[in-house]
Amino acid sequence: MRTRTAGPIALAAAAVLTLAACGGSDDADSGSTPEVSDVEAADFPEGSTMAALAEAGSITVGTKFDQPLFGLVGPDGTPEGFDVEIAKIIAGALGIPEDGIEWKETVSANRESFIESGQVDIVVATYTINDERKQVVSFAGPYYEAGQSILTLASNEDIQGPDDLAGKKVCTVSGSTPEANLLENYPDTEVVPFGAYSDCLEPLRGGQVDAMSTDNVILAGFAADDPTFEVRGEPFTQEPYGIGLALDDTDFRMWINDVLEQAYEDGTWTEAWEATAGSVLPTPEPPAVDRY
Amino acid sequence: MDLIADNLPAYLSGFRVTLQLTLLSGAFALVWGTVLAAMRVSPLSTLRGLAVTYVELLRNTPLTLVFFFLVFVAPQFGVLPPLGFWTAVIALSAYTSAFVCEAVRSGINGIPVGQAEAARAIGLTFSQTLGLVVLPQAVRSVVPPLINVLIALTKNTSVAAGFAVVELLASGRRIALANPSEATLALVGVGLFYLVITIPAGYLAGVLERKVAFAR
Repeated sequence: MRTRTAGPIALAAAAVLTLAACGGSDDADSGSTPEVSDVEAADFPEGSTMAALAEAGSITVGTKFDQPLFGLVGPDGTPEGFDVEIAKIIAGALGIPEDGIEWKETVSANRESFIESGQVDIVVATYTINDERKQVVSFAGPYYEAGQSILTLASNEDIQGPDDLAGKKVCTVSGSTPEANLLENYPDTEVVPFGAYSDCLEPLRGGQVDAMSTDNVILAGFAADDPTFEVRGEPFTQEPYGIGLALDDTDFRMWINDVLEQAYEDGTWTEAWEATAGSVLPTPEPPAVDRY
Repeated sequence: MDLIADNLPAYLSGFRVTLQLTLLSGAFALVWGTVLAAMRVSPLSTLRGLAVTYVELLRNTPLTLVFFFLVFVAPQFGVLPPLGFWTAVIALSAYTSAFVCEAVRSGINGIPVGQAEAARAIGLTFSQTLGLVVLPQAVRSVVPPLINVLIALTKNTSVAAGFAVVELLASGRRIALANPSEATLALVGVGLFYLVITIPAGYLAGVLERKVAFAR
């Protein structure tokens, strides 16, 4: 038995080493590296969240791990994308380097509870600002404005906009904002909810569904990967992405807004965009932050 | 609790789908699982081999993967199952029947071999022996494990939420999204509705067990 098992074990060990090596080389050229400011806890008002985080030298950030272009974890375990770059900019302004950021996966359903229970300091996770959510958490930003759109086969001429979806099977994610929007505003659409957006691709290719619908930025990622798909029509909703944080922490919220505005001005926001989502999407004007 | 009362129609429509999934898949799984068990004890080695392969394959594959094969892999080989409810019924019955088979087989093995020998001695064929003598006794003794399998099936229907079926969990997620401040409560509600199925099932198992059990 001993000699028999040695082979596979050696093979597995070799595979692990190879993977580790791949991870290492990926690391070097991933994304941009926003500047880390030379600040200390004493530079912030005493007792503020900023002072506490700067003092600790670490911050816990909730982001998506499965969203191409915004927050996607590669084989090496660190997420990459525009949301991730935004989080790095904020951490950098607190004097926290990249390795002081602890990434935590947040999915659509647990973002509020993670913030409320303090498991994360901020959430940057394609997080649409809306009034219901504002009752539970508060939002800095928006730092980007997306909108719901439609993806269909390039050969499908029937669907040009949301009004053409009546009677069609449209794939989306179970329990997501786009699903709720379709159910409410396009009741004639037959909604086919899956567990993840990537699950919609095979049924779409095979013709089991006619289209899929979610935020344009997500669809653009899929269309860029595979020319058989095409994004149709203009976005038909406004989804301002904000940075979620504790409900009553107004000082922290205003401070993040300042950091965002600074990043708009000095071009780091544009740089972050171009290094990530900008590879398939045009560079937009940064949206005005909403200091509600 | 207001949240659950306010969203009762949404919960109930999800609950109905979960119940339909459970009952249909449960019925198919019981039938197919019993057939598999009969194959596993049959004198034909081909049948035994087929049944063993099927059971080992399905029993040792995560249910999510069974769904995955049906929904994403089968279409690549030209098999296009209708998305949604019936795909879920097929996946759930195929998966659960492997467990039913093993429970029924354990019951069959628990019947003293003399019973089958006596049946053969009076000239009954294999299928008559199994259908008239062995299975009626075997099934009685496996009521508790079978109810166990069906309770597991009830909860397993939630996997269908990720594959185009709007059952209880998917409805709960919609409710949670619409009420972010009470998202946890929305999921507690989902749990309560599962209990509505599983607790009576457990009670039923107790009653059935007392009714059909016999001393040996």
